[in-house]
Amino acid sequence: MAEGKRDIVEVLKAIDRRIIFLLIALAVILPLAFHLVFSVHSSPIVEAIFDKVESLPPGSKVLISFDYGPSTVPENQPMAEAVARHVLHKDLKLYMMAVWATGPPQTEVLIRNVIQTDFQDKVYGVDWINLGYKAGNQGLINAILLDLKGMYTTDINGTGIGEFEMMRDVDNLTDMSLIICIGSGFPGVREWVQFAGDPGDIPVAGGVTAVEAPLLYPYYPRQLLGLMGGLQGAAEYEAALVSKYPQFEASSEQAIQLMGPQTVAHLVIIAFVVVGNIAFFAERRRERRRKA
Amino acid sequence: MRVQIPLIITFIVGIALIVAIFVPHDPFHRMNEEFSVYFDLIAVFAFILGGGNLLKIHGNRISRRSRDWKYSIVTVVGFLTMLIVGAFKIGGPPGLTGDVTAEGSWFKFMYDSVFVSCQATMFSLLAFFVASASYRAFRAKTKEATLLLIAAFIILIGRTPLGHYMTGWLPQQLEFLHIPNLSNWILSIPNMAGQRAIMIGIALGIISTSLKLILGIERSYLGGEGK
Amino acid sequence: MAQTLELWIAALLTFMIFSFLYKDNPFYKFAEHLFVGVSAAYWMVIGIWSTLMPNLVARLWPSSVSGFINMPEDAQPEYHFIIPAIFGILMLTRLVERISWLSRWAMAFVIGFAAGTNFTRYLQSDFVGQIYNSMYPIIVKADGGFALGATISSIVLIVGVICALIYFFFSKEHTGAFGAASRLGIWFLMVTFGAAFGYTVMARISLLTGRIQFLGSWLASIF
Repeated sequence: MAEGKRDIVEVLKAIDRRIIFLLIALAVILPLAFHLVFSVHSSPIVEAIFDKVESLPPGSKVLISFDYGPSTVPENQPMAEAVARHVLHKDLKLYMMAVWATGPPQTEVLIRNVIQTDFQDKVYGVDWINLGYKAGNQGLINAILLDLKGMYTTDINGTGIGEFEMMRDVDNLTDMSLIICIGSGFPGVREWVQFAGDPGDIPVAGGVTAVEAPLLYPYYPRQLLGLMGGLQGAAEYEAALVSKYPQFEASSEQAIQLMGPQTVAHLVIIAFVVVGNIAFFAERRRERRRKA
Repeated sequence: MRVQIPLIITFIVGIALIVAIFVPHDPFHRMNEEFSVYFDLIAVFAFILGGGNLLKIHGNRISRRSRDWKYSIVTVVGFLTMLIVGAFKIGGPPGLTGDVTAEGSWFKFMYDSVFVSCQATMFSLLAFFVASASYRAFRAKTKEATLLLIAAFIILIGRTPLGHYMTGWLPQQLEFLHIPNLSNWILSIPNMAGQRAIMIGIALGIISTSLKLILGIERSYLGGEGK
Repeated sequence: MAQTLELWIAALLTFMIFSFLYKDNPFYKFAEHLFVGVSAAYWMVIGIWSTLMPNLVARLWPSSVSGFINMPEDAQPEYHFIIPAIFGILMLTRLVERISWLSRWAMAFVIGFAAGTNFTRYLQSDFVGQIYNSMYPIIVKADGGFALGATISSIVLIVGVICALIYFFFSKEHTGAFGAASRLGIWFLMVTFGAAFGYTVMARISLLTGRIQFLGSWLASIF
């Protein structure tokens, strides 16, 4: 019996890393293949953003900054799309820009998935505008806090900024009713709080990758009015949106759909930690006995 | 020339930006505005420098036939192809008008097929390594490590729908033990306390380093000559 | 046709990078090196077209960009933009060893800007702001009564911040009451790291899910 136990410990200790890789791949592939979907409930930190967008009167200006790239699209894109859908549905003015060079292609995806699909009646330059990317990281935020048109002389297509109706009464970031940074690192939500929210007294909300989310909690709620953290944060915003506006059920459940594999993979990781610890303690006990 | 002028530039720019916060009027307000725009423009030259540096390093590796030099050819060819199709806006809107990442442009094609797939896949590899590390490295050897693991488990379960299924049946008096509530509490209270202490520490470090840079005490960015 | 080609190249590169999970191999190296080259050029091109042309060239020499940027007909050159142009060119001297020391002038500007802005921004948001954010009532009342849960949370938060700060204070030996507070600080930091670990796992799994979803759509395009 003792021999058998020892064997199991040895086997557990010597598991090839490729078997672990295979198990984690299966944990993601199988729920995706079988469309495993769970219902999602929103948390107060996400509801705070939803409620803020709800409370803004029509015509208010909302800026979304696309500060992420392809590496974090599964987490960030659903957030951006859910928020944009909400903003446009509430007849708010949507301004889109990017502090990351990889932001503009993601804006294009949003335009295709949200504006051209659900809001074809919205007019470019009147209801929404794509300002594009400018270099400078936090320097850009600092510059447009003082003078937005000094940096954004044109929109993304090279058309003079003065030609757009919705840009006429915008001088700098303080004209925005809400800034939402969808980010995945530097520069991101932290820089928007430091360089725009705090000095300009502008409400800032964030949607970030799960890696970054815990780091930003110290800003909440006085400096950061709400935060969507990772895929769960995106799914929570989608859940809040769909619950209030069921017409978006078909188009706004990207993150909710992905929470199935996410949940199973979390369970598998927990199982790895538990089994790893069982093997460790069994080994330690055996060594103590041997020494005794 | 090599040391004094950079120190003077850093001092003037740094001090002007600090003063601009306390005296938000011209000339400091204007300096803040202009320096921010200048900084953004110089950042583009840093991108160009990055490209130039890449060519220089991989060019050297190819000419010297260094280890893995054949892969350097791949880097250089990829770089030049992307640079040419982007600089001349080949495909997409006619001529040089319109957005460089517009649908139909070759630049967008290369971005979607090469850049997106490589970057996204490289980051996704980390899922496998996190899984492997979870199995091999996370051990409840001490009280502190056990605390870390418990917090991690609560977050892992509480930040998925699983948490609702597991403890959703709890009566209202025990609502605080509901796993999603516990995970929210961990994030909003102990996590926030720890992160806040770290944030204050980092802020103090950055503030003192900034002052040392502005006053010319910290000169490592000048290379060896600044000492 | 272009879309199919794009999908196939992307799928091929995805498999090349995933092959690293087995072991380092020439396919992975090929994809890795291609990515480095393409991404460096991407940043350069985007920087040039999004910022350099409309914000520098168009301001120094408006007529030169009139073919592709909508400039007012009476746009006049703004000569002070020669300053960032000079600094930018100085930065490029780093590529020429003999005069590379000139790039320090540009670096000095960048560092001066970063130091000047960081000094005030970190002071306001991450130092004073965080102290202000910690100033909450310890005894919390809600709906006219004593709120036990919120009071406990408030106490835990303030004790946590102070103890974790004590842990980072190395100018005094961590013994006695100070040592006990420091140990409590470690516990708070451990919970913080636990939360960070949980969230990191969550992030990495999400990215893998996205990639598997892409491969699924590629497979669907075949069958």
